Amino acid sequence: MSKLLNVSSSPHVRSDVVTSNLMGDVIIAMIPAAVFGVWQFGVHAALVLLLTVASCVVSEYLYERLLNKPVTIGDLSAVVTGLILGLNMPPEIPVWIPCLGGVFAIIVVKQLYGGLGQNFMNPALAARCFLLISFAQKMSSFTLDGVSGATPLAVLKSGGTVDVAAMFVGRIPGTIGEVSTVALLIGGIYLLYKKVISIRIPGTYILTVAVFVFIFGKQDLNYVLAHLCGGGLIFGAFFMATDYVTSPITPMGQIVFGVLLGLLTGLFRIFGGSAEGVSYAIILGNLFVPLIEKYTLPVAFGKEGKKA
Amino acid sequence: MGLATFVGGIHPYEGKELSENQPIEELWPVGELVYPLSQHIGAPAKALVKKGDQVLVGQKLAEAGGFVSAPVLSSVSGTVKTIEKRRTAGGTMVDSIVVVNDGKYTPVEGMGQERNPETLTKEEILNLVKEAGIVGLGGAGFPTHVKLSPKAPEKIDYVIINGAECEPYLTSDYRRMIEEPEKVIGGLKVILKLFDGAKGVIGIEDNKPEAIKKMTELVKSEPRIEVCPLKTKYPQGGERTLIYAVTGRKINSSMLPADVGCIVDNVDTAAAIYMAVVKGTPLLTKTVTVTGDAIANTKNYSVRLGTCYQELIDAAGGFKTEPEKVISGGPMMGQALFDLTIPVAKTSSSLTCLSHDAVAEMEPTACIRCGRCVSVCPGHVVPQKLYKTALRHDLDAFVKLNGMECCECGCCSYICPARKPLTQSFKEMRKAVAAARRK
Repeated sequence: MSKLLNVSSSPHVRSDVVTSNLMGDVIIAMIPAAVFGVWQFGVHAALVLLLTVASCVVSEYLYERLLNKPVTIGDLSAVVTGLILGLNMPPEIPVWIPCLGGVFAIIVVKQLYGGLGQNFMNPALAARCFLLISFAQKMSSFTLDGVSGATPLAVLKSGGTVDVAAMFVGRIPGTIGEVSTVALLIGGIYLLYKKVISIRIPGTYILTVAVFVFIFGKQDLNYVLAHLCGGGLIFGAFFMATDYVTSPITPMGQIVFGVLLGLLTGLFRIFGGSAEGVSYAIILGNLFVPLIEKYTLPVAFGKEGKKA
Repeated sequence: MGLATFVGGIHPYEGKELSENQPIEELWPVGELVYPLSQHIGAPAKALVKKGDQVLVGQKLAEAGGFVSAPVLSSVSGTVKTIEKRRTAGGTMVDSIVVVNDGKYTPVEGMGQERNPETLTKEEILNLVKEAGIVGLGGAGFPTHVKLSPKAPEKIDYVIINGAECEPYLTSDYRRMIEEPEKVIGGLKVILKLFDGAKGVIGIEDNKPEAIKKMTELVKSEPRIEVCPLKTKYPQGGERTLIYAVTGRKINSSMLPADVGCIVDNVDTAAAIYMAVVKGTPLLTKTVTVTGDAIANTKNYSVRLGTCYQELIDAAGGFKTEPEKVISGGPMMGQALFDLTIPVAKTSSSLTCLSHDAVAEMEPTACIRCGRCVSVCPGHVVPQKLYKTALRHDLDAFVKLNGMECCECGCCSYICPARKPLTQSFKEMRKAVAAARRK
């Protein structure tokens, strides 16, 4: 044989699943919440989602082109960032604000730290927090059916009562994507079914919040359920806390992370000045990830009870 | 209650349907035969013959070079042509004895002499196994007589026969189990004679129901032997994962199966022990699957050790499409070959011929820390972190993160959506650590 055969180190086969498949699944999982948001809040919400995604993708493309780096928009991670950021926007927001957020998320939070996989904060959430601080008033005015109103958690905080059924369906004021618990759960179940995420982070996160508000808030089922359905907890737990890059890679670390987020969220909601706290809890939690991983490395097979 | 298995692992395309229905055919060598002196773990064998010597079937060409070593026997009769370095499947050049076949297959005196294992002492059995040149035929190549001589034989309570054959494409063990199950069980019975307190277990993945059925029927009358169906999952047939699935006991990289009371042998090894001890026939042949989408006819061959791989391809009708990659072994742990002038060795199991080398076109992308490598790793290490130490060539950090517990099964590389060469880098690191420790 004149031609030499290909030689490489084993394994010689690979799974078909690549990064863009995983990102694609996350996008698919957010569609129910996005569709519900657009249906409820109208065409402006659709425009916000579209432009936020476009802003993220274009930012990534231009940055990589200008720096002569390989263009990686095909991995769809910028689309995921854009969609999460868009779903975190109030439906009436002037579109330049989320566009600015998209640029911030991609350039400052993601690319300046080295691009995909290197950022230590969730880009969409960091951008949301940046916008919350910069444009506090515009970022926290919510309307539903033309009437502006307080979010259920704000009502709860000021001692009012809320309709949990409406919260579950999503007939409440809030950001485009956070309102419908049922739509988010459909997406979450899809991600679990496709094994894109495990239940460890969302499960422990939601459970911890439930226990925390039960103990330190009110010992009332309606109250606890309102806390679970409101304030983007479901959105955060399934779609933002599970962000691969900014959550622990070790199974035990994911459980610790979920509990930590639950404690922080409960702390912010019950004892903090604001009614909500999911975004800040996750962003803060992101900072603990390296530490959590360091102390939650799995015990190697056959090394149980032995020193490494 | 599910089937016995382990935590982690993957489900790659099995490819067994290509060759599982091909009965084992005897393949007679055409050209010269090449016997590398190192086909096992341990010291290379020492040549006993020289150029021009006449040799017979079953004659020792080289004797064991130490305790952890194994002799090399001639699988044909003929003349020693030369002793020189030849390339082996691993890619290295190894001193090899080249024999020109006279086509007569004249056996050495005493070969084929049947024995009743009941009348043999343990020492006699071990000696017969050693003299027959038997090593771990599943791929590791650890000298079997050494494995069968643990420090405390009375503490062995499990003899596990590995019929998992979890490596994709391979069907040689499967064909052995359904065509000659009595040889496998016969071998197991011989091993059990060495370990009075042990129970024999034949572990078979449940994608081989025919083999499970046949074996279960045959062991009905054997009080000391049972069949353990295993969940089909790669790497179920790894020594550590198999022991865990069957017994619930765990060993790490610095332990031997005997440390937890287990002896593990491949089905082909068990059959070879039977042939050597009961039938008086040493290890002369190996069952090799010839498969893949590039081969004209998929086959399972019983082939004389030392036969050139090219002859197996020719016998199977050659390639129907030009292969890009030919693997000695399966796609998960097999070794890719430059060319086919490689001899069949004791550890050969398959020639997997792929028309398309998909891996060659894959470009690694950024790690997104998805954790899939962590969840599939049967060694419960964190490949993502080990990879970082490998990039820095930081041996201390690699060892600290339990890098030596990697069994090189390839699951992490297989599953990685960023196509990182994880296993590949760990192999290099493990070699570097082992080399540093020897210093």
